[in-house]
Parts: sequence; C-alpha cells; structure tokens
Amino acid sequence: IMSIFGEVPQAAPVAVFKLTADFREDQNPRKVNLGVGAYRTDECQPWVLPVVRKVEKMIADDHSLNHEYLPILGLPEFRSSSSKIALGEDSPAIKDNRVGAVQCLGGTGALKIGAEFLRRWYNGTDNTKTPVYVSAPTWENHNAVFSNAGFEDIRPYKYWDAGKRGLDLEGFLGDLESAPDHSIFVLHACAHNPTGTDPTQDQWKQIADVMMRKSLFAFFDSAYQGFASGNLDKDAWAVRYFVSQGFELFCAQSFSKNFGLYNERVGNLTVVAKDQDNLNRVLSQMEKIVRITWSNPPSQGARLVAITLNTPELFAEWKDNVKTMADRVLLMRAQLKEKLKALGTPGTWEHITEQIGMFSFTGLNPKQVEYLVKEKHIYLMASGRINMCGLTTKNIDYVAESIHEAVTTVQ
Amino acid sequence: MKTVSPISLKRYSNSSQISLKSWADQLNNYLAVAAYLHSILNFFFIFLSSWWTEVQMGPPDPILGVTEAFKRDTNPKKMNLGVGAYRDDQGKPFVLSCVRKAEAQIAAKKLDKEYLPIGGLAEFSKACSQLALGPDNEVLKSGRSITIQTISGTGSLRVGANFVSRFHNASRDVYLPKPSWGNHTPIFRDAGMQLKAYSYYDPKTCGFDFKGALHDISKIPEKSVIVLHACAHNPTGVDPRPEQWKEMAALIKKRNLLVFFDMAYQGFASGDIDRDAWAVRDFIEQGHNILLSQSFAKNMGLYGERVGGFTVVCKDVEEAKRVESQLKILIRPIYSNPPMNGARIASTILNTPELYKEWLVEVKDMADRIITMREMFVSNLKKEGSTHNWQHVTEQIGMFCFTGLKPEQVERLIKEFSIYMTKDGRISVAGVTSANVGYLAHAIHAVTK
Repeated sequence: IMSIFGEVPQAAPVAVFKLTADFREDQNPRKVNLGVGAYRTDECQPWVLPVVRKVEKMIADDHSLNHEYLPILGLPEFRSSSSKIALGEDSPAIKDNRVGAVQCLGGTGALKIGAEFLRRWYNGTDNTKTPVYVSAPTWENHNAVFSNAGFEDIRPYKYWDAGKRGLDLEGFLGDLESAPDHSIFVLHACAHNPTGTDPTQDQWKQIADVMMRKSLFAFFDSAYQGFASGNLDKDAWAVRYFVSQGFELFCAQSFSKNFGLYNERVGNLTVVAKDQDNLNRVLSQMEKIVRITWSNPPSQGARLVAITLNTPELFAEWKDNVKTMADRVLLMRAQLKEKLKALGTPGTWEHITEQIGMFSFTGLNPKQVEYLVKEKHIYLMASGRINMCGLTTKNIDYVAESIHEAVTTVQ
Repeated sequence: MKTVSPISLKRYSNSSQISLKSWADQLNNYLAVAAYLHSILNFFFIFLSSWWTEVQMGPPDPILGVTEAFKRDTNPKKMNLGVGAYRDDQGKPFVLSCVRKAEAQIAAKKLDKEYLPIGGLAEFSKACSQLALGPDNEVLKSGRSITIQTISGTGSLRVGANFVSRFHNASRDVYLPKPSWGNHTPIFRDAGMQLKAYSYYDPKTCGFDFKGALHDISKIPEKSVIVLHACAHNPTGVDPRPEQWKEMAALIKKRNLLVFFDMAYQGFASGDIDRDAWAVRDFIEQGHNILLSQSFAKNMGLYGERVGGFTVVCKDVEEAKRVESQLKILIRPIYSNPPMNGARIASTILNTPELYKEWLVEVKDMADRIITMREMFVSNLKKEGSTHNWQHVTEQIGMFCFTGLKPEQVERLIKEFSIYMTKDGRISVAGVTSANVGYLAHAIHAVTK
C-alpha cells in the first residue's frame, strides 16, 4: 500500500541526547559523560535534593490533595513565588502589580509561550519579520523555539571570543547598535550556556543602555538561578537591573537544575509590563496560546516548588541544597585548572575558573573533541563544551590527562 | 544632553539692524531648546508607553465563564453542570484507589528525576498503545506503529496537528464532526490546517445523523484528514453504533481519507475498555493507518498530571522509525520532553496486574454512576410529569449530554434555579448526584413544559 508518510525523511537525532545514548552503549570502564546538562554528585549519580524528597513525601501523605486540572496559567502560588525568586521579594515592579507569570513545561515551555506571544502581538500583529537575536553560540534549542513560533529572521549576536576565550563585548555592543529597533534579544540571565561566560555588572549596564535607547526587547533565559554563583540574588542581578531601568521584559525560568526537577517540567514565564492593565491583556492572550498547546500545565512539580518556596524552613533548606551543588561545581573547576597547569598543558586555562555555572567552553577543537570521545571515551559536545558536573574527584585526573594528550598530540 | 543657556531676545528686539548671523544664532538656540524638550518628552513617552498597548483582551473562555458564575452564586441548591471532570456521588473530585496505590509504590522506589526521552517513558508508551489497540494487535506485534507520551489529550492533538501540517502535503483540510470539542478548531488552525465539517448531530432526534454523516463524508476530497471521536462524543454524547461505524469505515476507505481518532474516554464511556476502543480497532483491521490521540485525564482521574499518548500507525517498522524521529523534532522546541509523574502512575497501573484489575473495576464504577444518573434523571422527569421524549439522555454516552435545551431555557435554568451549563444545552452528567438529580429534573421540567 502506498503510504502517505512515504516521503517522511529520517530526522537527525538531537545531538546532546545522542551523546548520552552513545555513552550508555560504551563498555569502557573509564568512560566519562561530560555531555548533557544535569547535575551529578561526586559519585557521578543523579541527586534528588533532600528538600525535594521531604516535600514529595508531604505531598504523598496529604490525602486532601487530588489530581484536578490546574488553571490554564498554572498554580497561582507557584507563579507568584517563582516570579519573586527572579525579581526579588521586595521588587517594586511586583509591588506595582505589574508582574505576572505563566506556569510552563520547563524553561523550554516558557520560551515557547513567550515566543508565540511575541510573534502574535509584538511590534505589530503577527509580525514574523521582527529579527530575533540569539548569542553566538547559544543553547541549540533557542533557534528552533523561535523559528517554530513563526519568526523568519533569527540572527546571531557576537558573544564568545574564541581567541581570548571570553566575552566579545565590543562585538556584542556593536550588534546591539546595528540591530533594527524593536528587535528581540535572547539574553542568558546567568551561567551562559554553553560558554559559561557572563557579562560583568558594568557590562550589563552598557548592554541595557543600548537596548533601552534602541527599544530592543529583552527576553531573559534563566535556567541556572542559584546554580551559577550559589547565591540566588547574585545570579538574578541582570534581570533585576533591567527591571529597575524600566524595561518591559520576559524571563523564562527553569527549575530543572536548581531544584533538580528535570523530568517534572517545572518552568515559569515571568512577564514584567508597564502597568497592571497591560499585564492583564498580555496574560489573557498567553492563556489562549497555552490552551491550544497543552491546555493546562502539570501539577506535581509546581506543587513541590510552591510548597518549598512558600515555607521558610524549606526555602532555607533549598537554598542550602543549591549551594551544595554550586560549590561542588566550583571545586571541580578549581581542581581541573590546577591539574592542567600542573601538567603543563599548553594554552591558558584561567577561563575554567572564570567561567560560571554548569558548563565550560574548553576551547578544544572538533578534532581534539573527537580524540577524547573515540580514544579516551570521554563524551563531550563537538563545540568543546563540557558539563563540569560530570567531573568527580575520581575521574578528574583521567580527564585532565586526556585533555593534555588531546591538546599536545592533536592539532 | 548639552545644557542650553536661556534665550534672550532682548539683545535683538531693540535693534533695527538684525544681522543674518544673529538670526541664525537665534534659530540655533530655538532648535537646541526644541531638541532638549523633545528628548525629555521622548524619555517620558518611552517611560509611560508600553509594548502591549495594541494587545487586545482575549475573550473569556465560555466554559470557565460558567464555573466563575457558579462560584459567585450563593444559592445552596446550585449545580455546576459545566464541569468536565468526574465527581463522585457527593459531588467531590475522585482520586482512584489504584492511583493512590500506584503513587505509594512509586514513592517507595525513590526514583531519580532525570529527564525523560523526548518521546517520554517507554514503558508508558508501550502500555498506552496496548490499551488502545489490544495487546495482541497485529500492528503492535509487527512494530509498525509509534506511540509517544504527550501532554494529555490536548498535547497529543497538538503534536498530531503539527505533524500532519508538516508532513501531510496532500491536503490542508481537517474535517471535524459538527459539533466537536471546542478546542479542536483552534488547535488545528494554529497548526496551519483548514477546518471543515461533516454532519454528525441531529438536533431533531438528539441523536446521530447517520445519513447526513455518510452524505457529507462521501463528498470529502481524497486525502483530507477526518477527525473521529472514538467513543463518548464530546459535546453530544452521541456515538455511532458498531454497524454504523463499519459503514463509515468502508466509505472513509473508499474516499481515501487520513483518519485521526480522538479517544479521551476509553473505559469511561461504556465501562468496558475493549468496547470503547472497538471503533479504533476495527478501523485498523479494515486497513486504515490511523493517527490516534489518547488521554488518561478522565479514565484514570489524572487530569492535572497531563498524561496522554499519540500514535501513528505506519506501513512498516522502517516508516515508524522515520515518523518517530520527526515527532521528536516537533516536540523538542515546544517542551523538550514530557513530565514524569502522571506517566509513571499510569504505567504502574497498566503494567501491574492487580492494579490493572482494580483500575478496570474503578473505571467501570465511574461509568456506571454516570449511566445511573442518566437513568435517574429520565425517571425523575417522568415523575415530574414531563411528556417530552428524553430517550436521548439514556442513549447518549459518556460524561456529557446534549439535552436539546434552547439558549433561553438554559438562561432560565441559570437565573431561576442556579443550574449552570453551557449555552448549547450541554450538561456534564458527572455533576449530577443522587442528592440533586431530583432538583435538576424539577428545574428542567419547569423550563420545558
């Protein structure tokens, strides 16, 4: 029988998941997975936060809870407490009643709803030609989220300077200046993925200046709040600064990493508008988009986060758990740099401790990466991105030595 | 901003010999002040205006509106018949016992929270397809289908709509039954499809317009997509009989249409999961390679956990693999991968024999309560002295009932009796209890006699 799907081509697998699949199949006992972005303990195990286990049990034991539908925009106490996390307990914008939120399926879902809304209602109606700028490089799904929302013009803005292994501020500011007014810019709130390189506060101020002057739209992607420096407020500085400067903005928040709730898909799209009236109209339209995408969001993860954020002792425990994760990453960064220096590995390795968050852009080239994957069974992205969480006190020597080999023998 | 010195005209006003240069200076000064004022105004304008000035207020959701009005009503006898969720005979939400047991089992395992694959929990997807197709189905044995976990029924329809839009280039047309679930239209439309309809509900009989459906279907252009409600049609509760399904299957085959089943109520309609899936299975047997959306919101009471599945029956294993790869590409930029909790619960129930047995009993109990309420409703109407034909109430099936009430009658029910339903006269039988069915019958008799 002729099939209507006879012409459907085989799609390429998503690279980061393919990497993990290959890692799983590898039988080599020394194998190391420095690919996908999930936290691991020093025993290289997934870590369910102690506070999460505690709250999970509370929920399971509470037989007054049921599985009824959440409202379309999500669990109210989750939305409000999540926005407070991003903008600060005392945010003037929250006090002005001009902050709202949509509970979404992870950070991806928040980006999706924000992108769909902007395509319909920003810079005119249904203006698919508004340029959307994403950093070069950026999380590989950003492009697809915005293009699937209908945007036709997705462009890179200069960000990573491979030569100096740091932020190309001049290039970034230059691209901001030359961008058409009203362009959308996707900004990483902290712990830039994949480079781990964030602007300093002073640099953020310069970025904000240009964006304000040229009416550029700030769409923050905040997937690592707390996870980057270990301090929630510090990691939210950029978002809060932009709000204080009067920007109307979106902030896509993910609780996958900082709560370790990867598979429960807990995300929040925080919306900051000029006033409550504008906010309400925006939320009403986002509701329509949600209804034709997933109707209403999943309840388990949101309940868990809401209970934690709204209960002082649990909130304190959570912050402590987050700091535990951030500290282990910082330790691995320090140790990796030390070992590479001790080995005399050519090149500078300061960037390993200067970069922040889960990822490090090592600067290794594709050939060197291939060498590590094929010869040393160390799995990392072709871009040279490593997940610091994949390092442990037990494998760090092997990894350091392998990097040394790759750099010295492979050009 | 450069500072501007105050302009003085006095220097020039008394002189009759004003030079060109001094006029130029004066003009420049005026321009400088104007520029200064303009930039101040600009600052305030940016400060006060919003990106969202042109954003219209979205229309209120008609069903939510019913619930909102119901909440505000202080009448102790009020009834919410707009609710699309099951209620027990006390009018309370119902958490199935097998769900509680599954949850306890899962909690004891202390599982991690690592990302699921894009297509979801494999053991869930497998069990989901077996539930729909029957475990011995040739399609499953041959491996020529793909089932993925989705965000309940809506998420499944959305992925399906996106898939059809991207890969079914032979047609842009999706045919829905008239009427259909309100959310079908915007989902398919937003995915880029064109919406059309085929006759389905006959308001004269409050039943199935079989002749009308066949007539319309016979005119549908080849390769169009046709959406069928597998059982417990929403919103009418009107389902075709098996022999009618058979004729439709043959005609749809003849017309060479792409069949997209929406099955949100398997088990919930008749109380028997095999009976409710009969049409789906028969179509496959007749050679239709169907698309299928499943929801576990109602039949497992997992509403807020968002548990669903999407299935594509393909020509062979190789095609199923290609289709699967493309579904992943569609899903990744929407939500990356699905939520674990509900799928884990559903999977535990479907894959644990004692829990599965218990579930079958519980889903039958829910269906039976609905059927009982229908019967009580009709018998109470007769007792009230109603002479109308209320047969359709017991002939219809599932959560919803198209009463046949007119908008004015609905309005009276809301205003005079605090009985809330949607304007089309649809009631959720789940909102009826043995305690309030008498009041309902009394009210409906009052507005229809």
